[in-house]
Amino acid sequence: MIDIKNLNYRYRGTEHPVFDDFSLQLAEGSIYGLLAPNGVGKSTLLCLIMGGLLPDKGNGGGVQVDGFDVARRSYEVLRLLYLLPEEMELPPVSLSKYVRAREPFYQDFSREVLADCLREFGLPADPDLGTLSMGQRKKVAISFALATRSKYLLLDEPTNGLDIASKSSFRRVVARHVGDGQTALLSTHQLADVDSLLDHVVVLGQKSEHAAVQLLLDSSVADIAARYTFELRSVGSDTDPDVLFCERRADGLHTLTHRHADDGETPVDLELIYKYLHKQ
Amino acid sequence: MNYTKEKVLFVKIADRLCDDILSGRYQDGDRVASVRELAAEFEVNVNTVLRAFDLLQRDDILQQQRGIGMLVARGARRRVLAARRRDFLQTELPDFLRRLRLLGMDVSDVQRAWEEMEA
Repeated sequence: MIDIKNLNYRYRGTEHPVFDDFSLQLAEGSIYGLLAPNGVGKSTLLCLIMGGLLPDKGNGGGVQVDGFDVARRSYEVLRLLYLLPEEMELPPVSLSKYVRAREPFYQDFSREVLADCLREFGLPADPDLGTLSMGQRKKVAISFALATRSKYLLLDEPTNGLDIASKSSFRRVVARHVGDGQTALLSTHQLADVDSLLDHVVVLGQKSEHAAVQLLLDSSVADIAARYTFELRSVGSDTDPDVLFCERRADGLHTLTHRHADDGETPVDLELIYKYLHKQ
Repeated sequence: MNYTKEKVLFVKIADRLCDDILSGRYQDGDRVASVRELAAEFEVNVNTVLRAFDLLQRDDILQQQRGIGMLVARGARRRVLAARRRDFLQTELPDFLRRLRLLGMDVSDVQRAWEEMEA
């Protein structure tokens, strides 16, 4: 489990804390979506979970992963975590050389998973990392991340820079290779790229420009489906008294209402929930 | 209020598996693809496929076989076909007949069109 407790963090030289007494727990064996507007601290949170940034001292808050304090950056905890940053430099060597140098750090590293991901993305088995386009570098980086089979995979905007077909490939490799004992945390503002993969959603927001990050939602998708009804209604229904939030799209009015216990569940529209939470 | 409810994702996936049974991709007694393979095929998480499996097991379409995996139950094709026919008669057909009436047509027009298609 990733246990973020009373976390405080402020970038040096700035006045306003990004996190002020922030708490969140991530359970094992799920695919989490971390959703927030640009600049609201998604990447900062991933770096804090990874131990790349250290929380401010004060109230003794911080991040524990499987009981280890990540701020100590010990082998026991670092071997559990892999962070795929949004932009990644790769050295100008062959992938096989890159893998040979790095796989010893990951005890469960799987060359089979790596080969399968590369195949799925339509890349050669051993590309020269120095000559790849940005999108291809991203595909290699994603493939490597999944091949580490780290217990906690932190993927920061993993679909950025991927073309449409590759986004589909991304969903397939995540569905296939994030194993039962693993947890993946996908930070994104491209909800449609990943929403069918998610078990659980965490939404972050900010009350005002300099306010600390707030947890707006921490819920499983199954729970959202149990609590809310998502319906397409005819235009003009926006004044229906039961409508919590609605959005007009080309095919009609998409509405969010509380679900009544005897109604069947409707497909979750995470985008609508997200917009509803940010409007409040 | 005239609103439409879309099917939940795991129900859609169950429908696709039933399509595969109707089309003959899976015969009675066949092992269906693994949870992970199906999750990858439909680009959804594993739990969504598991919920689809639960639904199909409840309807005796699939059957869990220990140590082997998920099998297409005996008589599954017949049951899927019966359910689809029932669904057609109860939901699609009334709507179709309403449209016929609206267009000032009747079943003899359908009969003629059917015969032309068959010819």
